[in-house]
Amino acid sequence: MDKTINQKAWFLVLPVFLVVAFSAVLPLMTVVNYSMQDTFGNNQFFWNGVGWFKELLDPSTDLGGRFLASLGRNLFFSAVILAIEVPLGIVVALSMPREGWSVAACLVILALPLLIPWNVVGTIWQIFGRPDIGLLGYVLNHLGFNYNYVSNEVDAWVTVIVMDVWHWTSLVALLCYAGLKSIPDAYYQAAQIDGASRWAVFKAIQLPKMNRVLLIAVLLRFMDSFMIYTEPFVVTGGGPGNSTTFVSIELVKIALGQFDLGKAAALSLVYNLIILIVCWVFYTVMTNAGSERPVKQGAA
Amino acid sequence: MARIDLVDLAQSYNGNDAPLESFALKPVTMTWRQGGAYALLGPSGCGKTTLLNLISGIVTPSRGKILFDGQDITPLSTQKRNIAQVFQFPVIYDTMTVGQNLAFPLKNRGVAKAEVDARVKQIADLLDLTPYLNRKATRLTADAKQKISLGRGLVRSDVAAVLFDEPLTVIDPELKWQLRSKLKALHRELDLTMIYVTHDQTEALTFADTVVVMHDGRVVQSGTPAELFDKPAHTFVGYFIGSPGMNIVPAEVSGHEARIDGHVIGLHRNYGVLPAGKKIEIGVRPEFVDVAAPASGLLSATIERIDDLGRIQFARVRVGNTKLAARVPPGFSVSGDTAGLVFNPAYVHVYADSHLVEGVA
Repeated sequence: MDKTINQKAWFLVLPVFLVVAFSAVLPLMTVVNYSMQDTFGNNQFFWNGVGWFKELLDPSTDLGGRFLASLGRNLFFSAVILAIEVPLGIVVALSMPREGWSVAACLVILALPLLIPWNVVGTIWQIFGRPDIGLLGYVLNHLGFNYNYVSNEVDAWVTVIVMDVWHWTSLVALLCYAGLKSIPDAYYQAAQIDGASRWAVFKAIQLPKMNRVLLIAVLLRFMDSFMIYTEPFVVTGGGPGNSTTFVSIELVKIALGQFDLGKAAALSLVYNLIILIVCWVFYTVMTNAGSERPVKQGAA
Repeated sequence: MARIDLVDLAQSYNGNDAPLESFALKPVTMTWRQGGAYALLGPSGCGKTTLLNLISGIVTPSRGKILFDGQDITPLSTQKRNIAQVFQFPVIYDTMTVGQNLAFPLKNRGVAKAEVDARVKQIADLLDLTPYLNRKATRLTADAKQKISLGRGLVRSDVAAVLFDEPLTVIDPELKWQLRSKLKALHRELDLTMIYVTHDQTEALTFADTVVVMHDGRVVQSGTPAELFDKPAHTFVGYFIGSPGMNIVPAEVSGHEARIDGHVIGLHRNYGVLPAGKKIEIGVRPEFVDVAAPASGLLSATIERIDDLGRIQFARVRVGNTKLAARVPPGFSVSGDTAGLVFNPAYVHVYADSHLVEGVA
């Protein structure tokens, strides 16, 4: 068949090209530009080469120390909430009803936390945890626990983690539920006939079939928790001290608090790069997980 | 190994108080003998899968009892029934190898490892799965997966019956034939009761020595393929089995004669006087009606088209408003668009309200 050659197609691509250029490429290049310079205000800039990047990776400098410490907190935070939210989400999904009116009720209740704006979630927990007027803080203190997220680091961490679990476990549960619903009844019937226990059914059927959605859930939850800003900022403001200062909070402090545009630009580029690399790793794992091809049964 | 008896077994998905007409399976009493190869044949929604699931215990019956070797097992769970079932779509435990898949039912029942290994090896040999024992089961083709599902049933030494729920639906046509022969061979070798659900008459007739035809929640006939073909007990059986299906023509019947549009057709048996008020029809398979040149003694029909099936030709004809199919005898060439029909009286059956009426020889 002869192909029609028509260069007009380029014009159809042009709008997208322009939009992407102005919305992504140009701002990004501005950031790259800043990251190579230092500023003392008055719109005066001085060339600094890769100086900021060297500092970032050197824990003995102020910038590097703050970055690596907050990065460590971020990774710890992500690890903890994944370790809680994924198993909890699976358990919630498994205990949800499979049919009837209660399905809709469960779905609505689960979706509720997901619909609340992030700073509202922060505000809810900020008030909820206050020892003087918050229900949680008041009750805990009256039960004899000296709970105060403003002055105690552990309490601040517990509050931020519980808040994230409250906010996002639903997402994992909903994804798992979708995965569970896609398993045909025949699998459960076959397992019954094979005499499988509840645990064996989970291990041999449900978990493998949820594989894909679990990967998506882990990816989404990792990315979101790694970029977390609003909720801890509203609840603890990064404190007490620096104990809940995550990378994004540190970034805002440097960029808007100190107006160190060069440092902030370098930090955000590295931050972005880490996220991109993690995304790529997850993407590769996910696409490879499903690419197993059936092997023809030969004449053996 | 067991004989299976169904006693007044019925199933309603709308509760036991629903009217009998709405039951997915109307009360049925029948016996499946030990070692028989049965096919449950019927169109979609006729209740055949329901019947199968009742036997395996996936569904608990609304009414009636199921006996294995005379023992009432109705209240027993699927796990305790010693039933193997192969489903329409292959069920494979994705994370396991073929060998682990086969061992799964035995491990769940706490069988010792040495015995598990021995049984798995034996069953894999039987199903030609030995070269794949250490492969991941997900990576195999649909027919191999179906063999694994079957193997998980056969691996248990105490299995009473193997149930198949349209197991060849997702298999390629050429492999279908191979797998079906394999099933037949297994049946001969293992002396197991096998019940095979299908809506495909070729599958049913080639697999089974007894075919049970279901229609609208009822068992309408059970018999050998020859019985179903030669003497359908219900017009549905006549129509459903055979290709093209049986011709069903409204007629008046008395004694040795049937009248269609005033034309008399001789009958082999004497039907006396049939009860009034019932819908009387005669049924005859296209194979036993020949077209011939129009003649005064023959029922005349309008030819609509000729279907050439290669080895045999069928004429699609019309008598009044009734459509029929008739064989075109070898060497006969159709000319014009009218023809006479020659009936073979030995194969003309009489039906009252769709049920066969036995004549007196």
